[in-house]
Amino acid sequence: MDRFVYLTFDGLSRGAVFAAFALALVLIWRATRIVNFAQGAMAVATAYAGFSVSSATGSYWLGFAVAIVTGLALGAVTERVVMRFVDHSSHLNGVVVALGLVLVIQGGLGMIYGNEYRPAAAPFSRDAFTVGGVALLSRFDLFVFAAVGAVCVLLALLFTRTAVGLRMRAAAFAPDVARLLGVHVGGMLTLGWALAAGVGSLAGMLVLPTELGLHPNAMDVVFVSAFTAAVVGGLDSAPGSVAGGLVVGLIVSYVSGYLGATVAPIAVLVLLVVVLLGRPGGLFSRGKARTV
Amino acid sequence: MALRLTKPRRVTGVWALAGVTLILVLTLTLPPFRTYQLATVGAYLCVTAGLTVLTGLNGQLSLGHGALMATGAYTFALCCNAGWPLTLAFAAAVLLTTAAGAVIGLAAARLRGPYLAGLTLAVAVVVPAITSTFDGTFNSDQGLPVALEPPPATVTVEQWQAWLAWGGALITMLLLTLVIRGRFGRELRAVRDDETAARLAGVSVARTQVLAFVISAACAGLGGALFAVLSQSVSPGAFPLSLSLFLVMAVVIGGLGRLAGAVWGAVLLVALPALAHSVTDGIEVQRLEGNLPLALFGLTLVAVMLAAPGGIAAIRIPRRRKA
Repeated sequence: MDRFVYLTFDGLSRGAVFAAFALALVLIWRATRIVNFAQGAMAVATAYAGFSVSSATGSYWLGFAVAIVTGLALGAVTERVVMRFVDHSSHLNGVVVALGLVLVIQGGLGMIYGNEYRPAAAPFSRDAFTVGGVALLSRFDLFVFAAVGAVCVLLALLFTRTAVGLRMRAAAFAPDVARLLGVHVGGMLTLGWALAAGVGSLAGMLVLPTELGLHPNAMDVVFVSAFTAAVVGGLDSAPGSVAGGLVVGLIVSYVSGYLGATVAPIAVLVLLVVVLLGRPGGLFSRGKARTV
Repeated sequence: MALRLTKPRRVTGVWALAGVTLILVLTLTLPPFRTYQLATVGAYLCVTAGLTVLTGLNGQLSLGHGALMATGAYTFALCCNAGWPLTLAFAAAVLLTTAAGAVIGLAAARLRGPYLAGLTLAVAVVVPAITSTFDGTFNSDQGLPVALEPPPATVTVEQWQAWLAWGGALITMLLLTLVIRGRFGRELRAVRDDETAARLAGVSVARTQVLAFVISAACAGLGGALFAVLSQSVSPGAFPLSLSLFLVMAVVIGGLGRLAGAVWGAVLLVALPALAHSVTDGIEVQRLEGNLPLALFGLTLVAVMLAAPGGIAAIRIPRRRKA
């Protein structure tokens, strides 16, 4: 039972990171109908930048800020320089271009930093607090919850309470009408990509200290988990992706804890297959359809 | 009609004969290392040809063909090590990969675009996890050696490898050419271009998609087995995610519309790393090794997608469409 409680908290902490990463995927999907397969590589690239600054200056938080800002910039540049010019007549094109970006980023990182694992420090202790002999949460887990929670609240406020958020939603759902009404649609897309990549960078900074460390391929498995989380949530729904992230996190944690860490990716694949075949619209889609 | 059918068939025969002659001449004259590279092109060609049928003619994107190759390679290795003769081991590799492809294809037929890409990506990522989980059979990260029968007398190992690889590649190309020329080829393209219209015309969309996936999986299985022949060992490190991405890149750059694109793609897969290697040879930087081709592949892929979506096999002036 102690173990179950510990694994539950561990799973929620992982799930929060998956949720943030899935949220970044959903942001871009809703705006441009592209699943950004380069999201993982982009997050790793910004994490490398962040940890380089951290090790050069000795300040984790300066590196953290650099990673997020680099993420925002990288997202904007990707949209402005590459993605805007993709021919949307076939849905394959966006995916293939994103895969090209993955190769460029991973090859570039390998050339600059080498293909060995580098340590990724955590800003807080990862030793769990114990309550009555039961290990629960570490300071780092609390930091993860706080950071992801803050991002979710900020994004929700941005999209529902501000004029910019309204313009972004308008540009995503009815670009032509929005353009006629004076919305700068291209600018909104750039902003959307920047925000998504920034959130992805945050997720990268939160997940890398809990894995083996920095490596050009470090986010591959995380990306698959986050994609699964987004699909579980429906790919179109931000709250769904958060819930999906928590579900995937818990499953990964239980399977790693009880069956071994190597089984976890297989469990994620099984979950993805089951959801895609059973409810391609996401676990929460049917409930919505019935309320109409 | 009869004229149109007979003429290309004769042309195919001529091409096949020319291919056999060319390979024989090349393998008997080239130095061993070049012969080995030639063999690698042949092994890649099996996979890229299947992928061209799947992605180019049927419009399904698979990021999991590296994993299907691994299935073929591991099956081949296990059969060889159990003492099976070469042909049986090849057959087993193709059959088992076909079965695996049928399972993924059944799921794929219900999925579109990014969903399918994500699912096949998950399949590609799961390979090391499977070899570690069942390490009794697959020996985890170390992988398995392949106990190959020695080649017949007076034939060098490289020549033997090249003949096997190109034998497989030519048979694959021939069969695929015959398959996509007829009714099935038209159905593949009809489904790719407009599913609703295809269904109205009496084409079973799901059946066509599953079949396309099964066919390309069989090709990937053969390619994987040939890779086991070439490297004489199998390990998860030989089938990373980047291999699957390389394959997609090769068929996209080669050109998705026709099988000739697969040949270009296979050549590119061998030539680009070799080219990058010869460029970095003078420079004593370890990190460029392997990473430069990665970056080059990616840049080429993005450039081709933005400038000439038809690939090498269909270079023409790009059409600009205003939204």
